[in-house]
Amino acid sequence: MIPWLVALPILVPFVTAILAFVAGRSLEVKRWISVAGAAALLAVGLLLIHQVYQHGILVGAMGDWPPPFGIALVVDFLSAIMVAITGITGLAVAVYALADVDRSEEHVGFHPLFHLLLGGVCGAFTTGDMFNLYVWFEVMLISSFALLVLGSRKAQIDGAVKYVALNLVSTVLFLVAVGLLYGMTGTLNMADLHLTIPQVENQGLVTAVALMFIVAFGIKSALFPLFFWLPAAYHTPSVSVSAIFSALLTKVGVYALIRVFTLIFTQDVGYTHNLLLIIAGITMLTGVLGAAAQNEFRRILSFHIVSQIGYMIMGLALYTPLGVMGAVFYVVHHIIVKANLFLVSGVANRLTGSFELKKIGGLYKSQPFVAVLFLVPAFSLAGLPPLSGFWAKLVLVQAGLEIDSYLIVATALLVGLLTIYSMTKIWNEAFWKPHPDEIEPGTGAVALSRRDYILLTAPIAGMAALTVIIGLWTEPFILLATSAAEQLLNPDAYVQAVLGVRP
Amino acid sequence: MEVVLSCVVGIMIAASIYLMLGRNLVKFLFGLILLSNAANLAIFTSGRLTWGAPPLIPEGALVPISDIANALPQALILTAIVISFGLLAFALVLAYCAYQELGTVDTDEMRVAEPETEFAKRANRVWRALLVPRDRAP
Repeated sequence: MIPWLVALPILVPFVTAILAFVAGRSLEVKRWISVAGAAALLAVGLLLIHQVYQHGILVGAMGDWPPPFGIALVVDFLSAIMVAITGITGLAVAVYALADVDRSEEHVGFHPLFHLLLGGVCGAFTTGDMFNLYVWFEVMLISSFALLVLGSRKAQIDGAVKYVALNLVSTVLFLVAVGLLYGMTGTLNMADLHLTIPQVENQGLVTAVALMFIVAFGIKSALFPLFFWLPAAYHTPSVSVSAIFSALLTKVGVYALIRVFTLIFTQDVGYTHNLLLIIAGITMLTGVLGAAAQNEFRRILSFHIVSQIGYMIMGLALYTPLGVMGAVFYVVHHIIVKANLFLVSGVANRLTGSFELKKIGGLYKSQPFVAVLFLVPAFSLAGLPPLSGFWAKLVLVQAGLEIDSYLIVATALLVGLLTIYSMTKIWNEAFWKPHPDEIEPGTGAVALSRRDYILLTAPIAGMAALTVIIGLWTEPFILLATSAAEQLLNPDAYVQAVLGVRP
Repeated sequence: MEVVLSCVVGIMIAASIYLMLGRNLVKFLFGLILLSNAANLAIFTSGRLTWGAPPLIPEGALVPISDIANALPQALILTAIVISFGLLAFALVLAYCAYQELGTVDTDEMRVAEPETEFAKRANRVWRALLVPRDRAP
């Protein structure tokens, strides 16, 4: 196998970041480097999916140290899908940022930081080593810190304090858990851990460490009751940064949970996965109830991230082929839809002058195209057919009914209903009712230039089209998610690909 | 020796949690520094300790002759120290910026991003009246 191929998802964003950093003073050059780099990342993601189809799981031993001694990069279906979806949102946000991010923020390094973030995220998706995963988390974190405070408005600093504080605690917990795991097993290679964990004498200790990972990744993925940093910070930076955060950061936590709790900690499923199921249910409910109390466009969306994370964890916690497939499908659907909603909130802000729902209105009458672009992801988020969210929820509900978990199914359906409530609130306030100051959106002080209008709406339209395509032409996506779930639930192929032995 | 170091880790984590529970941002950061050092010590301890056996191979030999210390935990710690150094430096500068911009290090008073609603204000007043002893009430 070609080892450099699996390194591409890391190399492409880093090379782009370096080029964008040294590109001199011309903003125009930096911008096109950024867009081209994101497009290249998308191409790499699609190539990886194709390669995994052709050759099975791809493994690259970095520095030619054979696993488990060196660090291995491993790409299976889940990793390849995640890289591809990172490329899609990366490209959409990179184009959107051309019209959204302030010039001063571009000058102090928006483009390099943006691609460093993508590089950290892709590194976390492709690594096959626990300590290396920690390092990628840190790469992702430090670039997200910098992006969050870019522009240094008061609200940003305030949000960043909470974001930084809680995320640093989470990484320290992650680090301690990795250290204890090494102490018990003597290895940090994920495939090797799969083999050595059952041989550990004190299985209770293994479960304790598994719980530490739940807490550490739970903070990252904003699970109940560890999600408070998210709604405190996500509405403060520029819309492009909000969108890429909402799409990727929590999903890295979800990815890590899926990876760790299908490959490594499967020794006490009755305890750990049931705990995850309970957390998933409460996360859904608190998130959606929190959103109901909000009156700011982006804060409503932030709370909805929390509630949607619950669905993904529900799929993992059910731990059946259908459940895990649902989780993978839900992650893909959610990344597209949620990033898109954040992008729409930015357009609404530019056209009406505020994110506060009380202060805006009249978008439907004067900007019907933007209204349609909001409705597609909003209905998809709530799970209305025939959009992607409907199939994602349907699969999870079916998976729940299959093993008679009626309580979680009822919660999932109720939360779907409450999601519609929040979406209708945004619709009524921002689109339906007239503007309170009687401003015609998109004219006068809030007019948009033609270039900005196209750059802002094109990525939204593209992602909305993708939502509709996934909804109407679901089969290939479901098949892909099913193959990913099969690989996750039968780790033997993964172990064999990495270590070259049949367990 | 492992027992002693484990106890030290426990004490350090307890102290850091105490510091982090405070409302003062600077205290929180000191707690965080203590916590990340405790994490490094925990990795060191869980990697097993060996007395006076550096992981060196004599000249000419391909494998160590006798039992030697495990070098991997130390490599992990080294990486972790470098990373946490960068992150903590950022956090310190951020705390300083927060103090300059918001004029306070009390995290309860940092309400720019999440303004307190009327309802929350009233609820907080009731809460304080019930729970905070009278002589310490602000």
